[in-house]
Amino acid sequence: MSVDTATVKRVAHLARIAVTDAEVEGFKAELNTILGFVEQLSEVDVSAVEPMTSVVAMKMKMRADEVTDGFYADKIVANAPATEDGFFLVPKVVE
Amino acid sequence: MSALIDLTIAGIREGLARGDFSATELTQAYVDAIEAARPLNAFIVETPDKALAMAAESDRRIAAGTARPLEGVPLGIKDLFATEGIHTQACSNVLKGFEPPYESTVTSNLWADGAVMLGKLNMDEFAMGSSNETSAYGPVVNPWRMAGSNAPMTPGGSSGGSAAAVAARLCAGATATDTGGSIRQPAAFTGTVGIKPTYGRCSRWGIVAFASSLDQAGPIARDVRDAAILLKSMASVDAKDATSVDLPVPDYEAAIGQSVKGLRIGIPKEYRVEGMPEEIERLWQQGIAWLRDAGAEIVDISLPHTKYALPAYYIVAPAEASSNLARYDGVRFGLRQGGGDGIVDLYEKSRAAGFGREVKRRILIGTYVLSAGYYDAYYLQAQKVRTLIKRDFETVFAAGVDTILTPATPSAAFGLEAMATASPVEMYLNDVFTVTVNMAGLPGIAVPAGLDQKGLPLGLQLIGRPFDESTLFKVGKVIEDAAGHFSPERWW
Repeated sequence: MSVDTATVKRVAHLARIAVTDAEVEGFKAELNTILGFVEQLSEVDVSAVEPMTSVVAMKMKMRADEVTDGFYADKIVANAPATEDGFFLVPKVVE
Repeated sequence: MSALIDLTIAGIREGLARGDFSATELTQAYVDAIEAARPLNAFIVETPDKALAMAAESDRRIAAGTARPLEGVPLGIKDLFATEGIHTQACSNVLKGFEPPYESTVTSNLWADGAVMLGKLNMDEFAMGSSNETSAYGPVVNPWRMAGSNAPMTPGGSSGGSAAAVAARLCAGATATDTGGSIRQPAAFTGTVGIKPTYGRCSRWGIVAFASSLDQAGPIARDVRDAAILLKSMASVDAKDATSVDLPVPDYEAAIGQSVKGLRIGIPKEYRVEGMPEEIERLWQQGIAWLRDAGAEIVDISLPHTKYALPAYYIVAPAEASSNLARYDGVRFGLRQGGGDGIVDLYEKSRAAGFGREVKRRILIGTYVLSAGYYDAYYLQAQKVRTLIKRDFETVFAAGVDTILTPATPSAAFGLEAMATASPVEMYLNDVFTVTVNMAGLPGIAVPAGLDQKGLPLGLQLIGRPFDESTLFKVGKVIEDAAGHFSPERWW
């Protein structure tokens, strides 16, 4: 499988990364090189093989549904580029 | 003071206990060494005041007879580890100005054991790279050079700052992380010891995530014993990481010096790759001879799915990265650009300005392979191939093989910018011997084993059973004793 210019633009938009037309052409070539490289995986017979989901067989750890942490909104927003009264500020999203 | 920075961690422990020098004197020697080594670009943030305050506390503890296991040992910390109130950017512009309000579990463990923090170490951006050239802070220069040459060499990546700093004696040891070879390849390129423990051995909490099913923290150290000492402190069971495995941490140092007599060492035929330089093959044969001489039994083995590990990795790792890196949105932390045309404009412009080219490329690949219609063909297929890679290892371990010996890298360190015109896949081939270990979640250690004809270090890799790091230290020590130690000549 290979990607065309329109696909690279669509994927970049899905990934929320602005790209220039010149960048798109560069990424297209590189993505196609990588996709060509990984193509060899299709020759492996994986019928009856389960996908690997964990390295060591282990049960998902459960914990009590209790509040163990929190109540420091000022620390949470301390690194944000724009905040007000303990909230993150973003451009208007609802008209 | 140069003698102080030449001490291993084991040597520091003895010297401090005997009162030969103080933790403050030792830390000051490192602070001076770091300052003099700025041309290497290994440290991107120096924290001398914090280091000296921690050393003063260590001196108080030593005087009071309450020294902890790593009391007064000066360490460098890869910029991927969250350090409370101190610059943590994964060497990316997207995290510009980020100072975490919390400390990673691994570094918390080290400070609780008395270690001293010297600063933050350079690395490839988000740990994506094999040469340290994707760092937003510019590449690290390897303290090693080719004989008779001034050409700057790569220290490898992504933990290039960690490896270079340890090799150049700018810290007694360093934290590092390994997703596809990022501890072992730079260790091999700098003549240092690096171990990636079993997945789940070190907590990932507070480590900036790259590919969550592959990422593991581990140390880079001067020798095998120091690596064992550091891993003991770094490893823990942590309720904050659901993949942290609930097993007690053994005393790895106890394995140092134990006999390897009767151990079965597997030699996988699939690691003899096309185009591999003659000297790598010779090094491998030398390693086999050393272990045979020490009484180990050498067994030829086959790991038939080896060649699929790298392509599977380049689906799984970018897929997970594209998901993990979605959090850099210009809203909660780091760089913010645009927004005049709404929230999507803010996201797209912040991410375009903040991420470097390699990171963008991997996010795009990851987004593509996870997008509608391609998930089964790529991601699911790769995860199934991963099961087969893991099964290969399980089969040889079940047949009685204790550890597997391979070269660590397909070449010695290459020149900075030497790969500038190479395709991404050529750069990815650096990880061909190390990436299988991450895919299967196993522990792997790189131990220096010799120099190539140009005078650059080369390493051997040992791969172990899950949670059997002790055997890697035991066998690694035998290689180290046979090969000797390698240090770069100081030119900086």
